[in-house]
Amino acid sequence: MAISKDEVLHVARLARLALTDEEIERLTEELGAILDAVGVVAELDLADVPPTSHPLDLVNVWDEDEPRESLPLDDVFANAPERDGDLFRVPPTT
Amino acid sequence: MIDTLRLTAEDAISLVERREVSATELHAAYLGAIAERDGELHCFLRTCDEPHGSSIPIALKDVISTKGIDTTAGSRILEGYTPVFDSTVAARVKAAGLSVLGKTNTDEFAMGSSTENSAWGPSCNPWDPSRVPGSSGGGTAAAVSAGLAPWGLGSDTGGSIKQPSALCGNVGLRPTYGTVSRYGVVAFASSLDQIGPVAKTVRDVALLYSIIAGRDPLDSTTAELPEVVALPEGDSLAGVKLAVPKQVADLDAIEPGVRAAFEAALDQARELGAKVGECDLPLSYRYGMPCYYLVAPAEASSNLARYDGVRYGPRVAGATFGEMVDHTRDAGFGPEPKRRIMLGTYALSAGYYDAFYGQAQRVRTLLIREHREALDGFDAIVTPTSPTVAFPIGDKAADPLAMYACDLLTIPSCLAGLPGLSIPCGLSEGLPVGLQLVGRQFGENGLFRLGHALEGAIGFDTVPERLR
Amino acid sequence: MSWEPVIGLEIHVQLKTRTKMFCRCAAGFGAGENTQTCPVCLGFPGALPVMNRRAIEWTIKLGLALDCEITEHAVFARKNYFYPDLPKGYQISQYDLPSCIDGKMLLQTAEGDRVIGVVRAHLEEDAAKTVHVGGRTGRIDGADASLVDYNRGGTPLVEIVTAPDIRSADEAKRFLQLLRQTVVELGISDAEMEKGTLRVDANVSVRPEGSDELRTRTEIKNMNSFNFIARGIEAEVERQIGVWESGGAVEQQTYDFDAATGTLTARRSKEEADDYRYFPEPDLVPVEPSRVLVDALRSEVPESPAARIRRIEPALDLERATVLVTGGLDVLWDGTVAAGADGVAAANVIANTLVGAGVDPGAAPAAELAKLVDARERIPRAAFDEAISKLAEPGFSADPYLVQDALSDTDELGPIVDRILEANPGQVEAYRGGKEGLLGFFVGQVMKETQGTADARVVNDLVREKLNA
Repeated sequence: MAISKDEVLHVARLARLALTDEEIERLTEELGAILDAVGVVAELDLADVPPTSHPLDLVNVWDEDEPRESLPLDDVFANAPERDGDLFRVPPTT
Repeated sequence: MIDTLRLTAEDAISLVERREVSATELHAAYLGAIAERDGELHCFLRTCDEPHGSSIPIALKDVISTKGIDTTAGSRILEGYTPVFDSTVAARVKAAGLSVLGKTNTDEFAMGSSTENSAWGPSCNPWDPSRVPGSSGGGTAAAVSAGLAPWGLGSDTGGSIKQPSALCGNVGLRPTYGTVSRYGVVAFASSLDQIGPVAKTVRDVALLYSIIAGRDPLDSTTAELPEVVALPEGDSLAGVKLAVPKQVADLDAIEPGVRAAFEAALDQARELGAKVGECDLPLSYRYGMPCYYLVAPAEASSNLARYDGVRYGPRVAGATFGEMVDHTRDAGFGPEPKRRIMLGTYALSAGYYDAFYGQAQRVRTLLIREHREALDGFDAIVTPTSPTVAFPIGDKAADPLAMYACDLLTIPSCLAGLPGLSIPCGLSEGLPVGLQLVGRQFGENGLFRLGHALEGAIGFDTVPERLR
Repeated sequence: MSWEPVIGLEIHVQLKTRTKMFCRCAAGFGAGENTQTCPVCLGFPGALPVMNRRAIEWTIKLGLALDCEITEHAVFARKNYFYPDLPKGYQISQYDLPSCIDGKMLLQTAEGDRVIGVVRAHLEEDAAKTVHVGGRTGRIDGADASLVDYNRGGTPLVEIVTAPDIRSADEAKRFLQLLRQTVVELGISDAEMEKGTLRVDANVSVRPEGSDELRTRTEIKNMNSFNFIARGIEAEVERQIGVWESGGAVEQQTYDFDAATGTLTARRSKEEADDYRYFPEPDLVPVEPSRVLVDALRSEVPESPAARIRRIEPALDLERATVLVTGGLDVLWDGTVAAGADGVAAANVIANTLVGAGVDPGAAPAAELAKLVDARERIPRAAFDEAISKLAEPGFSADPYLVQDALSDTDELGPIVDRILEANPGQVEAYRGGKEGLLGFFVGQVMKETQGTADARVVNDLVREKLNA
């Protein structure tokens, strides 16, 4: 099942990957082949089969509303690429 | 002289407890072995000089967060990342007195079957360093077999513990989904990832499992073990019923040498009193891989969205937030994560969700049912772990689909959330062959008993020939 | 052509739980930046969410208060997109299997109850706070950088979506007032728009009156008071009518409403709509509230404001009933009437005098207030006012204030009135010349002269009598 270059670009945008031209070409081919292989799942008529999200049948797993200690600031920023005071700094969104 | 090649974890613990060897001496012995052999094998990404525990050392796959020790998940996008918290499994092994010996190599984000996808270069199989150790837990498995660690923890999503154990000739357990906490483990596919023990013997694996298993309040998908972990004893398989899937006979992908070793192991099982029958898993072998390669990349594409250069990891500058994120991710991720992120994003995207991810989740339901039916009346399903022995480095790297096919035999039971134990069962062309035992949910004790008895009968020497 | 507005609201209520939705960091305002964070709400590698039980219970209570069906199987889902305030690159929310569905709220109008459908109420986590700083490089638009504080990130939010059943800006405002009060009375949120604990977006379209078609709708965001919301809706309705009537067609768009100028500004439309790729959250298990739990929570839900308005209305009128209920005064009114006071009189006293004196209705003893209401015409004005102002004091008794009757003896009052009239000939002439409003002036003067002890009604009659003589 082929995937078009446009679709590859669209997906790359959604996934926030700035692919190079070489990557786009290679991925278009590779993804096409993989989609061919995985696409066989469409052979099965599964309208009456419920989907499985969890292999273990648990429900209602939750915690009481009791506060636990938060991280000290040094830990919060220990790996931060750019710290500005006590805030994380990133380039502007527009 | 401590012979780290031969020493099991149980032996090592006993040495330390009897004060014949101190924890420091033992730790130093492993570091010595690493200095001697790891230059060639490249199992460890980093080691810890000092033991911090009173007991024996343990190697941890580099997807497992360790406080104060870099954790890269095999990727440049986490280069230099030093966690400020321990994963639950790291905390539990430390609480048991074990010392972190070092962090072992892994395919990037545990995606792969050879360690060739590690940003830090591949690890090598101690039986033949020109070949892969398997993966994604190749670093841990190779370390154990090469006597560089008494035991270790790996992670298994589609076979990443079992397959490298098979290729390196040791024992690996993929636990029942939900029995071991994922908190602090760099996530690949949330509904599939499990942390599990790798060691030389089934008893060692059982012991390590007992240390890490059990419900974790920090991981909502974990459950209490219904029974206490029992270290296996005994050498009889009387009354045991094993089932070989019909489909195995027709799988061309299985090398003749692997098939031969597998059959020989089944004969040994019969000699111990087991009955070997047949089960039918038609959907699992036809749709297991496609289902896995939709579910896992979809979850991964979302789990890897947090790597955006904002709060950790190396950042590539950009004029805008969008540019910064796009370039940070493109520079930080290697080809395999990119492939899977793209595949997963596509499978979840508008217009394709129903046909791909949605459909795969329904297929998964069928696979679960199929396995439950197959196990009815049997103690375990048994197959070879890997269709091939260790292949040469570089052989499959250029063909993603060929690489994915390595997991053909391990994937279906992973999708079903079932436990799987791989034990070495023989050699083919001088390279180890693994036998996979798949049990019911929470059926680890049964697998340990089975594996231990069979292990004893097979008598496989886990020390690679070239290192004896 | 007559048009009718078709309005739906999307409301976010921030729950005031002690901890966040998926981690146990303390939730709440005012802490130092990034001091209420942990690996989970910072999205560190390997961190996993764990649900807050209280947040789920409070969501169920809100759903019950809105007459919703509490679903037996609710599933959290990931909403995937990238933004600095979203550390995981996805928000954990609920998608096709939310906690509450198919509810309604009744708005009381003069013509009867209007049903405003509540399509769903679901639980999700709030985003962090991003501050845009700029100007340093001399750029006119755009900021220099964005700074992120993750304290707010992860706080539980309930999102309520109404059906497009609202027919005017005023209705929207009243709906929101009732909703806000419901939420506050449940004790689950302070629901203050200025603080951001209540946020509202409006979906607006118009159609020919009487038809049931649904035309293209637009979205209005960033309105942070009920008044602004009403004005924003009005502005957009007007704009849309203008578009249709001039032969054009309304296009889908998101607007920001600037209250200061009263203008709607279209947001830069994105190249492609966001594809959030919702899928069930694999790190959380489903929520299946037992019917026992739901029943227990139902018993904790007080009578809704709407129901109380409807119950009180026959004794008063819609407007007065609404004022009492939305002002949090109806419980006191209930008690005062039960103690024997006249309903209308009690309503007036409570809504005007008591509120005006700043008395806490929750602390006022109803029985004592009833006595005062009964005596309000008889006792001196000053005494009445003083009694009301002290109502909430511990151990208050109305009795001392009831002893003294207001001065109503016309033999005593007559001369005082005469004196006032004599002292103000100009006003007398003006009154007799037609300025009847000056009556109040004279009465006031007499009340002043008697230090408030005169019976105002008697004075009123007396002054009128003498002026008309």
